[in-house]
Parts: sequence; structure tokens; C-alpha cells
Amino acid sequence: MSGGFTAAHLLYLVQSIWWTLVLSALAFVLGGIGGFGVMLARISPRRWLSRTAMVYIEAIQGIPLLILLFIVYFGLSVYGFQVPALVAAGMALMVYSSAYLGDIWRGCVEAMPKPQWEAAECLSLTRWQSLRLVIIPQAMRLALPPTVGFLVQVIKMTSLASVIGFIELTRAGQIINNSIFQPFLVFGLVGAFYFVLCYPLSRWSQSMENKLNVGNR
Amino acid sequence: MSAIVKLGDVYKRFGSNQVLKGVSFEVMKGEMIAVIGASGSGKSTALRCIDRLETIDQGEIEVCGIRVDDPNVDLHRLRREVGIVFQSYNLFPHLTVEENIMLALRHVKKCSRDEARGVAMKVLEQVGLAQKADAYPEQLSGGQQQRVAIARSLAMSPKVMLFDEVTSALDPQLTGEVLRVMEDLAADGMTMLLVTHEMAFAKRVADRIIYMHQGKVWEVGDGSMLDAPRTPELRAFLDNGL
Amino acid sequence: MTQTLGDIAAMTFVPDFSPLLPYWPTFLKGAWLTLKMTSVAVCFGVIVGMLVAFAKRAKVPVLSRLCIIYIESVRNTPFLVQIFLLYFGLASIGLRMPTFAAATLAMTINIGAYAAEIIRAGLESVPRGQIEAAECLGLSRWRIGWHVMLQPSIEKVYPALTSQFLLMMQASAIASQISAEELTAVANTVQSDTFRSLETYIVVAALYLALSLLIKLIAWAVGEHVFKRRRVIRLAARRAGKAPSDTARIDTVIPGGAA
Repeated sequence: MSGGFTAAHLLYLVQSIWWTLVLSALAFVLGGIGGFGVMLARISPRRWLSRTAMVYIEAIQGIPLLILLFIVYFGLSVYGFQVPALVAAGMALMVYSSAYLGDIWRGCVEAMPKPQWEAAECLSLTRWQSLRLVIIPQAMRLALPPTVGFLVQVIKMTSLASVIGFIELTRAGQIINNSIFQPFLVFGLVGAFYFVLCYPLSRWSQSMENKLNVGNR
Repeated sequence: MSAIVKLGDVYKRFGSNQVLKGVSFEVMKGEMIAVIGASGSGKSTALRCIDRLETIDQGEIEVCGIRVDDPNVDLHRLRREVGIVFQSYNLFPHLTVEENIMLALRHVKKCSRDEARGVAMKVLEQVGLAQKADAYPEQLSGGQQQRVAIARSLAMSPKVMLFDEVTSALDPQLTGEVLRVMEDLAADGMTMLLVTHEMAFAKRVADRIIYMHQGKVWEVGDGSMLDAPRTPELRAFLDNGL
Repeated sequence: MTQTLGDIAAMTFVPDFSPLLPYWPTFLKGAWLTLKMTSVAVCFGVIVGMLVAFAKRAKVPVLSRLCIIYIESVRNTPFLVQIFLLYFGLASIGLRMPTFAAATLAMTINIGAYAAEIIRAGLESVPRGQIEAAECLGLSRWRIGWHVMLQPSIEKVYPALTSQFLLMMQASAIASQISAEELTAVANTVQSDTFRSLETYIVVAALYLALSLLIKLIAWAVGEHVFKRRRVIRLAARRAGKAPSDTARIDTVIPGGAA
């Protein structure tokens, strides 16, 4: 039974964007906190810590987000935790983000020139002080473009939460399409909404990267 | 008169390249020693080993009574006694000149912000850059940045200062201001060990000059050594103006 | 009624992988399909990427604009939405494709956009002087494009392209949502047959990891073989006792990945 695409449908889509944003923010912020920890572990001089972090990163980066999502979702439910889809999706995205952000940030910290480490340590600063006061403030400049770029990824990743029934933008689109069968229109609109969310961030990330590269030429 | 820095028969290898082949010398308190030699002679490596930026394979290094070659050496104690100034200054670009100097004072010596600022301004005046306290490193010329680097090390009141070819990266007209600062430091009684290519400066100011060749101490003497070299290698080195 | 720890322990879930054992062939078939789908998509996607990279640099503004629209649309929308748009959209105008083909096509389009950007970065890193030298030697535009620009670019961006392959393989899991036959779809079927959902997805996760490692190994071997220059320089440097200087390689994945 197909009808037309009404204003009510449009409103439904627009309202679902809110949940996309909520899930994105949750995943990005929590994933960022986790990622910082992962980064510290990865650059630690303690071999076991660094190795563990590396295995964690490699493992998470080696499996599809969808599979991770299923593992978290079903894992929680078989151990008796009945959680709303938002929480399950949030946890999966958080784990996924922490691995990727940790790896990105590790790369930025390791890109800091060794002489800066030497200068800091020769002033008798401890490793943690050198990291906190000298290395990370400089690495942050380098880290901003890929971090913002990853935020774009996160927003797109929230679309997978639809698979476990969380009603965000993509799921809303599916629901509407299932009733009116106009996929080009519905998914076209859904795509356009994602574009509006992501494109400004992509441009920002790109322009920051260009500014960084100008200095390096 | 005690030796602040003592190197005893130091060997150091990078991969298959034997860079230091039994280097021994002493730096007495208040002395300024210039180390000269061609590239690859091991002079910079020897300097870096003193502050444990590199570890040695064999031999002994002692600084202010601390055994640097000891694997359990207290690095923080060592680096409080030793100040080092690098060829590429290595100022922290995200901090102002003043903050660069205050960083270690506040976090290592645990000075209060006001104490640290006081010391920072004092050393900045000593190097003639008090007016640049709020500038960022990228706003300064190479010579000014190097003088800030010297001030940064000086602020920690080290017992000995190491200078690793600190004027080599500078335009010729900027080396003068840095050398003047170093000369003033020597006059104030700072124990200094410098690796340098500035022969005229070394002859005039250094108490002793050490010429290194292929990883060994080849000749030691005062400034007159440069006018009358005893070994052919030193003669060749001086003739080539390296 | 208070619960003792014993009661809780008795109720706790214990993973049981044994019901999955008979499904090994099914899992492996799924892995093979994933590999096939990804490889085909990457092959065609890289070709598309090369064409688009050159087209974007062309002096024709309309062409350049179209390329930008293509690339930005793909990179700023989720792969799930792209695959829905393609599969259900084409079905709505009467074009019913087999799911495997639809998924591969969607993946090709997706990877084409990312590859185009990666290759473009490689092309732009070719120093202008080399192109001028080639022109002065009288080489035709096509030859310059291939020998002077594309070949060194591919070498430089090879790590980024390999990363893209891996990302795309993970994105292929999304094809399960239109019931395309690949590893995740297999997992969905097996878990609904055996009711061992957690174990199934853990096994499948391990299989994806194994596939990743396999791809990395193959990519490394291919790189060593094809890019002789790098191997020669590295061996020579090692013999001289020096660390080889890695002339700027475009290693980082262009932020955005797939999906």
C-alpha cells in the first residue's frame, strides 16, 4: 500500500536526525576518552602495555563494525543485560572509535620530532611531563584534521545502529520506505541529510590539513 | 680543583660504525674546553654521551660524581647538573620565550610562577633578550632563538653546560651574538664544553682545545696548538678550513 | 527470595562453540565470497579511481565539477544508505539485480571515490620538474601520464590503497543488509539456525581478522615484488649500515575511510 511522501514523513526523518547526533556525540566523546588511554598505552615504554594496546587496535581495526555491533548486542543479552539499542550501539561505537582514535593520535605523537623529546628530557622533565607539556600540545595541531575526519566517519557509522533497531536517520528512512516504496526519494533525502551533517566537517578537516601542509612545503 | 666531567676510555658504536675508539679527557671546574674535528670524528657523539642522549658500549663517564654509564643512573639528577644547547635550538614552538624558560623551573624545580618568572627575566637579560620575553620562537631570528636556548639551560643553574655546534646552523652574521653570550658565560666561571667549528673563537676564549680524529683524542693543547699543530692530521684539518 | 552466588553462577551464560563445528564449510564459503566481492570491487574501483583522478585534474570545468560531486557525495554519506539507494532504487524502476552484483557495484562506486582522492594525492606529489622534463623529451601526454605520473604515484600511495582494501572488506559486511551472500550474511543464517548468536559472531570476527592478516601479507608480498626500486634501495642502505630514508610515502588513510 503506497501513498505519497508527506510532510509528516519529512518531519519524522528530521526528528530522527536528533538521535543520529546523540549517538554520534556519545560515541565520539567516550571513544575519545578511551582512545586517549589507548594512545598512552601504545606509546608506553612498558612492553606488555604497548603490546596489549597494539593487539587491541589491530583486532578492532580488523573486524567490521557491524560484527562488533552484533557481538556487543548479543553479548550483552546472553549475559542477561537488557539494554536499549542506543546503549548497545553506543558501546560498540565507543570501542571502535577508541581503537581508531588511539591509533591516529599515536601516529601524531610519534610524528613529533625527536629533538623536542631530547630538549624536554635534558631539562630534567619526566617522560610524563615531557608528554603533557611539550609533545601533546604540539601533536594536537597535527591531530585535529584526522580527528575531525574521523568524526565524519562516526556520524556515518551511526547508520549501522539501524540494524539493531535503533531509530536514527537510516532506520527512519527504512520505515518510511517500507510503507510508501519510494527508495530514490526516501534514501536520496536520507543521504542528503547525512551530507549536510558531514560535508561541513569534511571541508573543515581538509582546510586544516591544507594549512598544516603549507607550512611543510 | 676537581674534574666536573671525566671520560675514561669510552667506546661507542652505531651499527657497524665504531664512532668512539677509546676517548679520554677531563673538564675541570670553570674551564672552557673546545672540541674540534672533522665530521665523523665523533665529537658530537662524545658530547651527547655525556648527557646520556646516547649510551656507551665501554668505558666510564663521570659528571659531578655521577656515573653516567651506570645503567641505573638517576637521569633527573644528571640532567639537573648538565645543561645542553643543541645545534637546532629545539625551543618549544607552542610556548613563548619566557614560558620556554619557565617550564622546567616550574615543573622540575617546583618554583612558583613568580619565582620562575624572576629567574627567567634574569637569564634573558644575561643573554640580552629581556624585551623578547613574550615573543614566540618563530618570531625570532636564529641567533636570538639560540640565545634563548642558552638562557633556558642556564636558568636551571647547571654545573656544566654542553654546546653542540650551536652556531653551525646560523647565518654568519648571527653567530657573533651567540658567541658573545658564550664568552660572557665563560668569564662568569661556567664550566663549558663546546663542540665547534669556530676556530678563532676557540683559540681566543677556550682554556684548552681538544682535536678529535676518527673517534680518538688526537691532540690536546691551548690556543697555540692551532698555530703550530704537531700532528699531520690536525695540520690537514686546519688547512682545509673544515 | 535472595539469590546465592551459586544460583547466579548457574544462570550465567557459558559460551559453547560446538554447535558451530558442522558449519565450518559454510563459514569458509562466506569468507571466500567476501574476499571475492572485495577483490572485484577494489580492482574496478581503483580503475574508476584512476580515471576520476585524472578527470578531476582535467582543464574541463564541467568534468571536474562532476568528479567533485561524485567524490564528495560518496564520502559524506554512509555506505548502508548508498547500497539501499542502489539496490532498492534500481528495483523500484524495474532493474532487479542479483544481490551479489548490486553489492559489488555499490562497493565499486564507493571505493572509486576514495581511490580517486588517494591517487590524486599521489599525482599531485609528482614534482612539476619531472613532468616538464618529460615534456621536453617529447613524450606524449598519455606516456607522461603513465610513466612519469601514475607509476611513481601508485608506489607512493600503495600503503593507503592497501588500507582502503581492508576498510572495504569490512564495509562488505554491510552488504548483508540487502541479503548479499558474504560472511556476515552467513553469520546471520548460522546464528538463527543454532541460537548461538554470540559464538557465531565471535567466530566470524576471527575469520575477518584472519582475512585481514592474509590480505596484509599478500599486499606486502606484491609490493615487494612489484616495487623493485624500494627493495633495491632498502637493501643497499642496510648494507651500508644506514637506516633507509623513506622518501615521503603517503601512508595515512585519507580520513573518511569507507562506509
